[in-house]
Amino acid sequence: MSALLNHRLAVPAVLIVLVALLPLVLPSSFYLRIATLVWISAFAVIGLNLLMGYAGQVSLGHAGFFGIGAYAAAVLPAQLGVPGIFAVVIGAVASALIAYLVGRPILRLKGHYLAVATLGFGILVAMVINNEAWITGGPDGIAVASLGIKKLLKSAFGLKVKTAELWYWIAGAMLVVGAWVAVNLVDSPTGRALRAVHDSEIAARVAGIDVARMKLVVFVVSAVYAALAGSALALFNGFITPDTAGFLHSIELVTMVVLGGMGSILGSVVGAAVLVVLPQLLTMFHDYEHLLLGLLMMVFMIFLRAGIVPGLRALVAGRGAA
Amino acid sequence: MAEFLQFAFSGLTVGAVYALVALGFTIIYNASDVVNFAQGEFVMIGGMATVFLTALGVPIPLAVVLAILGAVVVGLLLHRLAIEPARGASSVTLIIITIGASIFLRGLAQVVFDKQFHTLQPFSGDTPIVVGGASILPQSFWVMGGAVVIVVLLWAFFNHTLIGKAVLATSANRLAAKLVGINTGMIMSLAFALSAAIGAVAGVLVTPITLTSYEVGTLLALKGFAAAMLGGMGHPLGAVVGGLVVGLLEAFGAGYLSSDYKDAIAFVVILITLFVLPTGLFGRASVERV
Amino acid sequence: MTLKLTNLLGAAAVSVAALSMGALAASADTIKIGTVLSATGPASFLGDPEMKTLELYVKEINAAGGVDGNELELVAYDSGVDASKARTFATRLVEEDEVVAVVGGSTTGTTMAMIPVFEDAEIPFISLAGAVVIIDPVKKWVFKTPHTDRMACEKIFEDMQKRGISKVGMISGTGGFGKSMRDQCLDVAGNYDVEIIADETYGAKDSDMTPQLTNIKNTEGLEAVVNPGFGQGPAIVTRNYKQLGIDVPLYQSHGVASKSFIELAGDAAEGVRLPAAALLVADKLPDDDPQKSVVVGYKDKYEGATGEPVSTFGGHAYDGLMMLVEAIKRAGSADPAAIRDEIEKTSGFMGTAGVVNMSADDHLGLDLTAFRMLEVKNGDWTIAE
Repeated sequence: MSALLNHRLAVPAVLIVLVALLPLVLPSSFYLRIATLVWISAFAVIGLNLLMGYAGQVSLGHAGFFGIGAYAAAVLPAQLGVPGIFAVVIGAVASALIAYLVGRPILRLKGHYLAVATLGFGILVAMVINNEAWITGGPDGIAVASLGIKKLLKSAFGLKVKTAELWYWIAGAMLVVGAWVAVNLVDSPTGRALRAVHDSEIAARVAGIDVARMKLVVFVVSAVYAALAGSALALFNGFITPDTAGFLHSIELVTMVVLGGMGSILGSVVGAAVLVVLPQLLTMFHDYEHLLLGLLMMVFMIFLRAGIVPGLRALVAGRGAA
Repeated sequence: MAEFLQFAFSGLTVGAVYALVALGFTIIYNASDVVNFAQGEFVMIGGMATVFLTALGVPIPLAVVLAILGAVVVGLLLHRLAIEPARGASSVTLIIITIGASIFLRGLAQVVFDKQFHTLQPFSGDTPIVVGGASILPQSFWVMGGAVVIVVLLWAFFNHTLIGKAVLATSANRLAAKLVGINTGMIMSLAFALSAAIGAVAGVLVTPITLTSYEVGTLLALKGFAAAMLGGMGHPLGAVVGGLVVGLLEAFGAGYLSSDYKDAIAFVVILITLFVLPTGLFGRASVERV
Repeated sequence: MTLKLTNLLGAAAVSVAALSMGALAASADTIKIGTVLSATGPASFLGDPEMKTLELYVKEINAAGGVDGNELELVAYDSGVDASKARTFATRLVEEDEVVAVVGGSTTGTTMAMIPVFEDAEIPFISLAGAVVIIDPVKKWVFKTPHTDRMACEKIFEDMQKRGISKVGMISGTGGFGKSMRDQCLDVAGNYDVEIIADETYGAKDSDMTPQLTNIKNTEGLEAVVNPGFGQGPAIVTRNYKQLGIDVPLYQSHGVASKSFIELAGDAAEGVRLPAAALLVADKLPDDDPQKSVVVGYKDKYEGATGEPVSTFGGHAYDGLMMLVEAIKRAGSADPAAIRDEIEKTSGFMGTAGVVNMSADDHLGLDLTAFRMLEVKNGDWTIAE
């Protein structure tokens, strides 16, 4: 059993089952929407987790890349008539390019200095989106044209699907593929080199690993994950505002990584699920909602300091041994 | 020239607050390696508690003292209940705990206080003082003067008292400090109390100018953190210089370049500085042990 | 370790309880209405009084016997300014709570994100946000209660024209409200022979605007300044304005929505003018003013219940709720489509914002007369016209 769980493809397999079976127990499209939001967030969080959990680099500006993807999907079709799907690709490529250019100088910084540099980057992106209203619609946000998949399905196959269902499956598929790519990356020579970088940069360098290149590769990969998630959210919602790219969203993504467990792909999904679902559960407490959210975050981190998934795994393992 | 002075005083006033927040970051970081993102909430507590106590009829000086004490208690509890139990956790985990704490404190403030904006009477009126053609509010001098007094007191504390030296020793090498008999746990509590007090004082001083609400802490924590990093994390002088520089950059940026992008200007300068000096203006290069 | 596990179990139990509670409720004789507001976060300035107003009046209406004997039930969610979260709550209102109508949406961003949900589900939605895009072009199921920012600009420029002012500096907040109003003002300025000769902005949480105001002050030929924005910004701008000794008239916008502006700005507020709903000057209206009883009633009730000064934002929520209740009464049923039709037929409704006359191609139904030009004198509002 545990050997099975430790297999490389265990996580994508678990996710396939989860994505496939969940709709059977979800009573309405509201729950489908929540699940879709979890998948989309989790997708971005997996990318960020590669950077934080495996390469050991913090980014407090990842919502910037998320925003680039989101606004690419919104602005390019509206302003330049680019078909939606190409806009998504362009957003991802642009994100990769920007990550490459920004990453080269930024990733030389360490620890909290890297944190503040990425934070600055994220704020710059958010500020451009907020200020250049003639392109982005400014603080009031901008509508996102749909991809036309629903129409296509109807005309080609006579299929009628609801937006919520359609995006549940798109986001679910994205998540499974994203997780699969991530586990393969982690298990590749690149991944092992990454973990070496995480453990000790100097030791890794001595062992002949091009540390700077490794870090840059992961930074670019994580930026692409964030941009694709951003595009997905924009297309799913049909409307986005600059907060998508804001500092608070960056913090939320980092919190999801740490809460679920750094270096755990499954943890990324759990972290995203907790922070998406929790506010929905806490609505019954009205004014005490934020107080409880903060309290729960602290309690989780104090008792499961390695994150929920690694923490629980350790608990279970400890019990099994005893 | 009048214009230049006007921008400069605006920048120094705002910068003095950033500097005090950055100092709070630094003191806690030095004692415990924790980057405390709840630092801005101390500023909020200082301002809001004073406002509400005076509204209850407490005379201002007493209200100020009680507000600062309140913040200190919150700081001590934060350390005792949230940071201490997670001792040994990774620095990112600790950061998330402090972010949780700041969400919690804001949530608490919206229930205990309210969600309105509030102000305090300026300490010495609001007739502007004209200096070289620039008009400056008397309260600005209170803010800048208060910051200077705090910096001087801290300097004296760290260099001329036994406890202060113990704090410095702890930040230099925790294990060594323990070995020479310093109660490092107590030192950490002290650092949280001190940071909270500094934040609360900043909150009281600045409320008559900038107003306050349950939400003011977030932005201050962000700017204070950036300022501390610009100066070099763990370096008190760096924190003060960093805070003033960020404040001045914003004011001059808004005045001479573009008010739309003034915050961006500050961050671009921080980015460029870090590219040249990867550990900030005053930071020492850290050596990684293999 | 057992302790940790029980904590987790406890959390799980709470979660299950919360979910099942959502599934319960909805008895036969209740009419469920929903709201999604920015009760916390950067726009709590709007959402907080709106939430308090809705809660207060739903309780009030039920105490008085409900709507045609049916009890009103308010399902309320706080989205902050997060548009995606607002959309999630909108979906929840439609799918889970099965509300028959919605009054809410504090900001333009959250409103725009929710509109497709209500349009799809065919649920009438009365928005409390400012921008004109909400109702222009007209959407079948969407209405709104506040004046548009364009109207505020027109009212200000009209007043300037009367005073012979033509060269104006502008300092706007960069939030949705300030930015949108700035654009509208730039757009209509020409119609009133007003020229914008200085154009500065400040961030939503900025605490010092003297650099921007210094630039405006030094602009040649300045005759007046307009400050589109809400929250604490206008109060700080007003104080900085006095600090710098700028002596031309200062106009605030309808974003200055409550008496707390005067408290926060202090002496500096003297002489400031702004377009606002009659609500702010409720007790100064002449007794024969048809709006007087409505605004005085709301003001007294709100201030009595909350201990906070009444704000026009809360007033928007009052207008939305009352318009909805009357529509439900006229429809004689809680059928969303019937309610929608009746909201569209609203005519001669007296709200805190003014007289509302809706039609198939006007889902706002207010005109410029709804605004009064106010001036601050001796620490209080006075009617300037």
